Amino acid sequence: MYVYDEYDQQMVDARVADFRDQVRRRLDGSLAEEQFRPLRLMNGLYLQLHAYMLRVAVPYGTLSSAQMRMLGDIADKYDRGYGHFTTRQNIQYNWIKLDEAPDILADLASVGMHAIQTSGNCIRNTTSDQYAGAIADEIVDPRPYAELIRQWSTFHPEFSYLPRKFKMAVIASDTDRAAMRLHDIGIQIVRNAAGELGAAFYVGGGMGRTPMIAPCINAFVPIDQMITYSEACLRVYNRYGRRDNKYKARIKILVHELGKDEYTRQVEEEFKHLLTLNLEPPLAELERIKAQFADPAFASGLPDSLDLSDPDFALWVKNNTHTHKQAGYLVVTISLKPTGGIPGDASADQIRLMADLAAEYSFDELRVTHAQNIVLPHVQKAQAYALWQKLEAAGLGAANLDKIGDIIACPGLDYCSLANARSIPVAQKISERFAAKEQEIGELKLKISGCINACGHHHAGHIGILGVDRKGVENYQLLLGGSEGADCSLGQITGPGCDEDGIVDAVERATDLYLATRTAGERFLDTYRRVGMAPFKDAIYRKEPA
Amino acid sequence: MMETQFRFRTDEPVGDPAVTVDSFGEQTNASAVRIEPGDDARDLLPYLGRLRLVEVNFPVFGDGRGYSAARILREAGYTGELRAVGDVLVDQLAYMRRCGFDSFAPEHPLVEADAEAAMARYADVYTPTVDGRAPIWAKRHGLARA
Repeated sequence: MYVYDEYDQQMVDARVADFRDQVRRRLDGSLAEEQFRPLRLMNGLYLQLHAYMLRVAVPYGTLSSAQMRMLGDIADKYDRGYGHFTTRQNIQYNWIKLDEAPDILADLASVGMHAIQTSGNCIRNTTSDQYAGAIADEIVDPRPYAELIRQWSTFHPEFSYLPRKFKMAVIASDTDRAAMRLHDIGIQIVRNAAGELGAAFYVGGGMGRTPMIAPCINAFVPIDQMITYSEACLRVYNRYGRRDNKYKARIKILVHELGKDEYTRQVEEEFKHLLTLNLEPPLAELERIKAQFADPAFASGLPDSLDLSDPDFALWVKNNTHTHKQAGYLVVTISLKPTGGIPGDASADQIRLMADLAAEYSFDELRVTHAQNIVLPHVQKAQAYALWQKLEAAGLGAANLDKIGDIIACPGLDYCSLANARSIPVAQKISERFAAKEQEIGELKLKISGCINACGHHHAGHIGILGVDRKGVENYQLLLGGSEGADCSLGQITGPGCDEDGIVDAVERATDLYLATRTAGERFLDTYRRVGMAPFKDAIYRKEPA
Repeated sequence: MMETQFRFRTDEPVGDPAVTVDSFGEQTNASAVRIEPGDDARDLLPYLGRLRLVEVNFPVFGDGRGYSAARILREAGYTGELRAVGDVLVDQLAYMRRCGFDSFAPEHPLVEADAEAAMARYADVYTPTVDGRAPIWAKRHGLARA
């Protein structure tokens, strides 16, 4: 994986000094809060309901053991002993003191980490496929391209005061595991008929209050022009994105209002101009980065079979592991969704344990997934049982990947100053209610947001739940039929909302109907797509006989 | 009128008042113009020959359109003074320099030591712009970049 050289290190070190100075000026009063706000946000520091929240960047979700261990130590030293992994493959801490934030950044910098641009109206942390480099269906490892974007976008002087935040994702597989088309820019690395690599650009997707699926504006940008093309996309947005209304300021609104064709025309014109300025890093830089993402030293000739005589282990293997590109290995996902738990939370001890397990079993490497789980990308099949036993013992053995208990949820009104309703208690109740049935129900992606900003990706859930405020009372709306994958679709609202217990009942009515209606091999989403909303609506809103 | 607090040029400052982009058409012989956030900097490209001062107004520091305006002018070969005016703050100076601004007239004067520290903090840059600084990728690979 990518290791900082002296230049990268010097950038994060300078940023620590920069932020320390900004905090000093804030505390001595020479910076007003309104002036400090965008600066602290560009260092991932939010002022939430109870305390500051710090969001730490995990570029494209990839971590070393040493980095993961530091995340655990920070949870102990500066927070209340836990961290929360997020849908942008980052981690955030909920109980931070402003005057300690520069020290946290210094600790992070000591392992090549930072909180740069994890918030603010700038280009955010670039996300990617959590199975990158480990799975056979990718045409190349997408992370070197994401790293190229990380460098280009870091401290970009023209694009740090954009109309609104800007999120990018890079994948290199037709199986989209990164919700690529729900980003401001989604890039899929592709190969053309001549075998050359290029970048397909999808621009103007997003969730939030106006969910949109990004259209493809250019199906093949030569790979040695990808950064320049990104620059063109951003410049048109920076100049013409709406700034009169923050709810209409995302690029999706610009693309929608101009129309895809006109936006594309403007981008292509800007691109033609920018190509003359030699802004693109040379291919040698891409090669330098690629070399750092080379495969680890996989052993060959390993046994490719597993002893599945322990039924609990067999279930975990079935649900939480994927086929690895290398015979004898598995891709393992550690679920951070134990029954009744807070989705994405891990204790400091669990974080350090996962770091140790990565060192012992997975070539020192971990990934954070956008579904708020942790991946050990390269585990020998022969060692999987030993690994699983250690996970089980630490409360990390939930065998529920992509099941109804594998819930994505935002922090909600328990922490977030934007939220209208709590997300965590709803997630916990659903997790408990369905624990006994989740294997029978099979794949079902359930996602909960505590407000229309949609941090919990409710639009993209097979079942989505949106918390709203109705006359001072928390109210939950149900959505069905969303998907973040290659078959990307947006969920539809079923009808009137209900209270916290009512929404759990409504989910059960929907899954009961599914179980009674499904044909062989059909997932919940497939059944919904086949039969449509009407029967689900009838089931959810039917009156019980008195 | 706001005072110029920082100036990174040695030529004589232009005395003419800056006029709006709208009135800067061919009918005038003005040499100074002021760009507002909604103006298209490219409207000025036919007149670069007689332009000696461009002021770019930042009514609020969070409106970043002026960064693109500045860079567009420099990319087109403009070599006259490019002045950021208005809500210009310490922590925006370094990015503004990178986008081609070479003078600053903040609405509220900045603490000189803070401003100088902020502008000098980063020894290197990842992204090439119009300021002639070689990006990190050029240094890594020993490439000269004008």
